[in-house]
Amino acid sequence: MRLKFGVVVFPGSNCDHDSYNVLKHILDQETVYLWHKDTDLQNCDVIILPGGFSYGDYIRTGAVAKLSQIMNSVIDFANKGGIVFGICNGFQILTESGLLPGTLIKNKNLKFVCKDVYVTAVNGDSILTKSLAKKTLMTPIAHGDGNYFTDEETLKSIEKNNQILFKYSSDKGEISETCNPNGSIENIAGLMNKNGNVFGMMPHPERSSDVLLGKTDGLQIFNSLLQNFIN
Amino acid sequence: MYQAKVIIKRKKSILDPQGKAAEHGAVLLGFKNITNVRIDKQVEFLVNVSDLETANQEVSEFCVKLLSNPTMEDFEINLEKINEA
Repeated sequence: MRLKFGVVVFPGSNCDHDSYNVLKHILDQETVYLWHKDTDLQNCDVIILPGGFSYGDYIRTGAVAKLSQIMNSVIDFANKGGIVFGICNGFQILTESGLLPGTLIKNKNLKFVCKDVYVTAVNGDSILTKSLAKKTLMTPIAHGDGNYFTDEETLKSIEKNNQILFKYSSDKGEISETCNPNGSIENIAGLMNKNGNVFGMMPHPERSSDVLLGKTDGLQIFNSLLQNFIN
Repeated sequence: MYQAKVIIKRKKSILDPQGKAAEHGAVLLGFKNITNVRIDKQVEFLVNVSDLETANQEVSEFCVKLLSNPTMEDFEINLEKINEA
């Protein structure tokens, strides 16, 4: 069985082609681009909100993208249980639109951080991470606003509901402040909504899924999604 | 018509890295009395309505829906009546 993926293209998206390439050419899935002015999700099984700088990230990252026409359809789709996966800017758009809790603020050290980091899948119960429980993966990050923040009450609730998917860690899976590249609370690199159908992460699995690029750990995340969606 | 000036402030409980950097700059410049630097945003625009209540309501909605993010920011609205010629 093949799934149908829709990669949303906002003005300023710059990881849309990477995502499309991995899904279509490496994983051999039916994949279409969805323009931000579209309203039809074309019966896609999974919607990808890719990385980039949608609408120049003016006001706040993702703040204008959340108001684009396609997002009304994406929010409806998510509320009905559809799978939505936001990567980097896509994660920021998901928090802005209220589909994921918390927000992403400027990196603690004020720098735009662009490097390979390690994340550990701390949750083996989601379809995105079921095949990866406790695994440590090398994935690139490239962001200026990746510092995950939420108030204490929300943090308690996402911990209680087992919504945290990935934490920044060492290559051996040790989670500590020294492995935290941006100041994220509790080293959070990715999480999901309470219902387990909306996912967001700052690292870029689509940039580490091609042997030609010398790194393939990201592919394991897409493969987990494929395997567990079908099951 | 009203001239609106909205100040978007990062909540006090949230670290303001830009403010911290500016504070560090102040130290480098030799200022000994400057502390607690916070960098906010000010947005200015016109509101084309005749009564204050409607202006306030519309600006609040604009702040909640776009200009601020309630998870990390508070906002302050200042409205000034402009006499139309």
